[in-house]
Amino acid sequence: MVPLPYRVSWRRPDLADTVTLALEPVDDAIARPTAGQFDMVWEPGVGEVPISVSGLPGNGAEGPLEHTIRAVGPVTTALCAKEVGDVVGLRGPFGHGWDLRRADGRDLLIVAGGLGLAPVRPVVTHALNDRDRFGRVVLLLGARDPESVLYADQLERWRGRFDVDVEVTVDTATPAWHGDVGMVTKLLDRAPVTPADTTAIVCGPEVMMRVLAGSLLDRGVPAGEIWLSLERNMRCAIGHCGHCQLGPLFVCKDGPVVPWTDARPLVVARER
Amino acid sequence: MTAIDELLAEHPFFAGLTPEHVELIAGCGVNVHLAPGASVFDEGQPADTFYVLRRGSVAIEIAVPDREPMVVETVGAGEVLGMSWLLPPYRWTFDGRARDDISAVELDAACLRGKCDADPALGYELYKRFAGLMRDRLQATRLQLLDVYGSHVA
Repeated sequence: MVPLPYRVSWRRPDLADTVTLALEPVDDAIARPTAGQFDMVWEPGVGEVPISVSGLPGNGAEGPLEHTIRAVGPVTTALCAKEVGDVVGLRGPFGHGWDLRRADGRDLLIVAGGLGLAPVRPVVTHALNDRDRFGRVVLLLGARDPESVLYADQLERWRGRFDVDVEVTVDTATPAWHGDVGMVTKLLDRAPVTPADTTAIVCGPEVMMRVLAGSLLDRGVPAGEIWLSLERNMRCAIGHCGHCQLGPLFVCKDGPVVPWTDARPLVVARER
Repeated sequence: MTAIDELLAEHPFFAGLTPEHVELIAGCGVNVHLAPGASVFDEGQPADTFYVLRRGSVAIEIAVPDREPMVVETVGAGEVLGMSWLLPPYRWTFDGRARDDISAVELDAACLRGKCDADPALGYELYKRFAGLMRDRLQATRLQLLDVYGSHVA
């Protein structure tokens, strides 16, 4: 698969090291991604990285694909430096995303940690645009500190609605912070959902997801209704190179979204 | 039953206690209200109380020289605040500050320790519950120390 050229139509610095790029095709477009899928974003001469789609045009609408990127290595640093009008390459979409149909009529609990809010952002948008399909919709977010809360403005807007509950906790803060301080698991006790009738969507650091899945199970959320987004070293994105292999799974192809029932034996196993 | 009996009996932390034990605990309790910004307890001072928060939240803070205090945890409505009363030297190890209007049941630690000494079954039940609370907070603290949201952790 050859990357297709995409132009940066707008750029939004989100955090000190994190930028959202809105990408529009120069000519041909990749297929429309679904929430939870990822694209391979290519910076010519530097390399290619997997980036989850963090924003999608509305149903049937035209518009840019949003990718939120944290500068942690040469490729992501180069991508974060892109300006409006610059061109990057895009392959995708890859992997399995979140299947929101299984949450029809159920409470939808979305739990994100740190940059994990980016892949679930289209889920929240979708759920709020199709609000009647779900019972309670709850978004819980954990972050390092108040300065690291992604999409703070959007969180405020979501919070202003009466049909979604949004709670944020950070690991450390000064007294100026009015939200919670502590692990994201502590927010679960306040989440107004019926555990047995809840579908949980979880995205964040793997340690957090493991602990959180255990807390969800303790509260009675069925194991098959807990969906995680795994992250591994995706290279080819089509299950050939094996870099992202996790037990029997190729995360790029069989994931990144997998149910806890599949993920559990893999994420608790020690890699050697 | 007194109002405090009823409040404690309905609280998940005290679930499973006999009505007699709930009544013994409630006998050491009073309802308190605190204004936003009020000090709930101060580091180094005698830990002679703990709280069952009914409304509002408390920031557990530590003073930092030349900087604002750091909030290490918040404890909110429905949670139990304060564990330093359980073990010698019975001194608070952090500051507690009300972040909003607080309504709480304040339990007198000396009163309760005395009742636990006199009724080991009560003491065992109560310490089991606090052991669970300590386990949960220890696990959360360890995960916070890992800084899992930092850019160095996948």
